[in-house]
Amino acid sequence: MAVGVKVVNRPGSLSQQMYVPAIAEGLGVTFRHFMKNFFLNVSGNRKKSDIATIEYPEEKKAYPERFRGLHRLMLRDDGQVRCVACMMCPTVCPAHCITIVAEEAPDGKIEKRPKIFEIDELRCVVCGLCAEACPCDAIRMDSGEHAHPTYRRVDGILDKDELMSRGTNSTAVQGGVGAFWREKVASAPQTPPTGDVAPLGPPAGPTPVVDLNRK
Amino acid sequence: MSFWDNFNYGQIGFQAVEAIVKILFMVLGFLMPLASILTWMERRQSSMMQDRLGPNRANIPLPWKWHGKQANWRMWGITHFMADAVKFIFKEDYVPSKAHKFLFMWAPIMSMAPALIVAAIIPFGAPLCWGEMRETVGYGNACAQPVGLQIAQLNVGLLFYFAISSLSVYGATLAGWASHNKWAMMGGLRASSQMMSYEVTMGLAVLGSFLVFGSLEPGAIVAQQESVTSWGIIYQPLGFILFLTAAIAETKRTPFDIPEGEPEIIGYFVEYSGMRFGLFFLGEFLEIVTSSAIMISLFFGGWHYGTTIDGFIAAHTPNIWFIPKSLVFSLITLVMWSVKIVLFCMFQLMIRWSLPRFRSDQLMRLGWQRLLPISIANVVVTALLILLVQSWNH
Repeated sequence: MAVGVKVVNRPGSLSQQMYVPAIAEGLGVTFRHFMKNFFLNVSGNRKKSDIATIEYPEEKKAYPERFRGLHRLMLRDDGQVRCVACMMCPTVCPAHCITIVAEEAPDGKIEKRPKIFEIDELRCVVCGLCAEACPCDAIRMDSGEHAHPTYRRVDGILDKDELMSRGTNSTAVQGGVGAFWREKVASAPQTPPTGDVAPLGPPAGPTPVVDLNRK
Repeated sequence: MSFWDNFNYGQIGFQAVEAIVKILFMVLGFLMPLASILTWMERRQSSMMQDRLGPNRANIPLPWKWHGKQANWRMWGITHFMADAVKFIFKEDYVPSKAHKFLFMWAPIMSMAPALIVAAIIPFGAPLCWGEMRETVGYGNACAQPVGLQIAQLNVGLLFYFAISSLSVYGATLAGWASHNKWAMMGGLRASSQMMSYEVTMGLAVLGSFLVFGSLEPGAIVAQQESVTSWGIIYQPLGFILFLTAAIAETKRTPFDIPEGEPEIIGYFVEYSGMRFGLFFLGEFLEIVTSSAIMISLFFGGWHYGTTIDGFIAAHTPNIWFIPKSLVFSLITLVMWSVKIVLFCMFQLMIRWSLPRFRSDQLMRLGWQRLLPISIANVVVTALLILLVQSWNH
């Protein structure tokens, strides 16, 4: 006996051994699905039917909230780019797809701003490290768009204007509230920032206790 | 003596014209369109069964605008079959260098032609009453000169069906052999063994109907099934199941798609491309249509829907303008027959998408050890019952 063969005897029920009742049962399942999907589809109630198909160009599935899509550059309250050209993101980028050329900002309070900010979306590996490295919430990947198809490779490189065209105001308030914002919030309530921006600070009510030393 | 001297009811010239008109209608007006549409319907129906949407995008753009958009004739994607045909025709007609050229080119036709030929014996509607078209309709035995809606009234009837449909095994086997490809060869061998095995069961299943109706001619069998209680399914339920199983095995479709075997060998048409593959594909669907038609003629009363419905329609069919009432009635019965055919085809498609396929040895075991003894028992029991009933009546 070269190969051990274990014969597993699986006697089905009588209706299974007779084939016909089992087949009728199976046909009933598929028929039920067909009728439900067919009539709901014909009568225009696609949503109620079991059909899982999404007809892509016409209807699109919403990406999940934390989907990493095309980059965008966030804006200051006055519409300027938020980036201060600190070179964190090109440093951390594993694909070397970010090019920043810095220049002096005309505003005296801000030292630098990017003169050129280009991202090669064809090289980008969509790891999200740039958004994580950014100290001032200037670059984000939450645009919800995937990279657009292009005819030429050069069109895959997005420049500053294109990146800023998807930008909005950041929720982080500009000008630096400072390290002691908890105390400031406790002493005097902040005036809500202008624009379509969520208010700063913890939600109304008692301040949540965060134990920083927890294991 | 000219042709037109013979053009009276029942004479050779008349019969020739009659047959040609019916052949043209049957092939170009019914079988080919229905088989083509079935290729789309199978995909759409299976997708609906599997909670998908299926092919619905092919359309014909129309030269005007509708609500500011380009108007389309889309019809749920029914034009996919035309798109498929265009694609098939314009694809490269590839013949492998070592293939047997002649047989390779003829095999698709040999596999499709039998399905068209067997349609000759199928009755597809009420007869026309020649000479009294405006007075009577072809229901009951009202006609003095009936022109049956059946291409050929052969007394051998169903034997003709077996003789021709078993020829389609040559198409599959020769395609497998001529391709010079071991997978195709294997598919061809499997096709020949499978089709021959199930031919036996099929013949014995029909034998029961033959005993009940006492005729092999489908027209005569249909004429005996005027009321629903005399339909073949009442007398031969087991025979119907056996015939249905064998017919699906003959069309080489799942659960009996061993010769094609998409997951393992691609089957006897693995080397075919373009319209030659399309012919195999179409032949398969033609076989579905014709086997459905035979099953309906034998077990479901042909174009009959019972004496109440048929009698009502026959009594109330009017002459419509210049169209005589006999023609109107025949067309109505034709449509009613087509409804049965389409439902039956859909049933066969449903079986194909519901059941898993057999293994080759399981297929043979089912054919020879289960179906064949059951079909023999069916014939014996039917014969005994008929003998009992006849001796009871005497």
